[in-house]
Amino acid sequence: MAAVRVEAVLAAAEEQEAEKRRSVTVEKELELEYDLGNLLAVDRNPPVALRGAGPRREELLRALARDNTQLLVSRLWELPVERAGGAGGPLVAQLPEPSFRLPREKPRPKPRPPTRWEQFARLKGIRRKKKTSLVWDEQAKEWRRRWGYRRAGGDPSRAWLAEVPAGADPDEDQFARLRREKRERVARNELNRLRNLARAHRAGSAVAAAPLHPTGHQDRDELRRVARVARVSTASLGRFQPRLPKESAEPPSRNAGKKRRFEPLLGNLAAERSRQLELLRDMGSKKPVLDITRAVNKQLRQDEAEAAAANKGKKQSKRGKRGRRQQRPGRSGKKSGGRRQPQQQKRAGGGTG
Amino acid sequence: MRPLTEAETRVVFEKLGKYIGENIQLLVERPDGTYCFRLHRDRVYYLSEKLLKLAASIPRESLVAPGTCFGKFTKSQKFRLSVTALDFLAPYAKYKVWVKPGSEQSFLYGNHVLKSGLGRITESTAQYQGVVVFSMADIPLGFGVAAKSTQECRKVDPLAIVVFHQADVGEYVRNEDALT
Repeated sequence: MAAVRVEAVLAAAEEQEAEKRRSVTVEKELELEYDLGNLLAVDRNPPVALRGAGPRREELLRALARDNTQLLVSRLWELPVERAGGAGGPLVAQLPEPSFRLPREKPRPKPRPPTRWEQFARLKGIRRKKKTSLVWDEQAKEWRRRWGYRRAGGDPSRAWLAEVPAGADPDEDQFARLRREKRERVARNELNRLRNLARAHRAGSAVAAAPLHPTGHQDRDELRRVARVARVSTASLGRFQPRLPKESAEPPSRNAGKKRRFEPLLGNLAAERSRQLELLRDMGSKKPVLDITRAVNKQLRQDEAEAAAANKGKKQSKRGKRGRRQQRPGRSGKKSGGRRQPQQQKRAGGGTG
Repeated sequence: MRPLTEAETRVVFEKLGKYIGENIQLLVERPDGTYCFRLHRDRVYYLSEKLLKLAASIPRESLVAPGTCFGKFTKSQKFRLSVTALDFLAPYAKYKVWVKPGSEQSFLYGNHVLKSGLGRITESTAQYQGVVVFSMADIPLGFGVAAKSTQECRKVDPLAIVVFHQADVGEYVRNEDALT
């Protein structure tokens, strides 16, 4: 019993050792492609069949990942190594240059339109003068920065003298003036910077002129956008442009596509009332009189009259000459009288209608 | 709650005009006070200025109904007139239909008005004209659409529909929850 157990234990231990050793060497049909600069290994072997695996999928995938990682790491160990941070530091491999070109993470930045100064400079032909970064400071007798920490002209906040300029008011506080002017300069710069930004932003979102001509290949939204731009590109900004047949009646609001803005709840009620009355007047003026009904009624009356006349004529002709002579003195009076009344009623009703 | 935009006002006035014609200006401009239309949760309300000022101070979620509901805008921005507007439409109605006592109940249950139940009808009513339905005692019962013009009404057989039902006062009992 003890021998069996010992043998079993030894066999298990040996198997584990073999597996460990086996796991260091991996057999693959095709060699992997390595880009050690990016720590990348590309495996072009046909993939392990995952569909037929069923519950063993996880195991297969894990084994595949382990094998490939093993190959990559063994390659990394073959790289030239050095000790970082002098002797006693960690062992570091020197990675070669990466060969695999990774795609851009963010989209390419758009070229921004030139600022007002840049436009002016281009117009005048002013070119940028290359300035030296350090300036000789005579007082301190050393090279100092042009601006910033320890600048050439001395710290402006510690200036203890501020001369009163020639034509200035003697009672004016010069230090306050200097501070104020600096603040104004900063504010003006900031304003111009924001203006340039806004101009660039606006220029980026404007519709280019090329698609304004209909090509036949534009989709509905594009055409609608272009139609809106075309409508607004008049001297009066589209206020007096006639509407297209199926265009909506609302004038394009200033924040088209953004938040809707409504009239205030308790705004000028008298103005609201007058607007509504005007709207009613416009609506009322365009409404046509009910000609259709009148025409239909007239037609109906005519039809009835004709039908009645036709009936009368038909009945008399059926009886013949003899019948007419016989009927006229006695019964015809009654019949014609009876027949006349409903006709009269109908005509009266049609007359008022 | 907000005022109606111009497009919405146009839609509402067109719908009201089908029933009361140019008398809408009597609703817009009244001698006894300033009244206005306001939109609250897709429903159009008609309320006086005094009520408007009071309702303006109520939070939107808690406000149930300011004034009288005339109708509501559907999801596709069509305006549907509801029976709660009857009190304002009835006095100004241009085309009226009087219903016989026997078929009053049928109309109040939501059925159309047949020729057999038709008492009187205003002269020169066009087909598909908006009409207000009254009982023979001149009590407004609801409104609808004329299915036949007056001339045709005279000649049609007794079981034909002459007025399509759109809204009636029976809805106050039947559709209590749908009205605000």
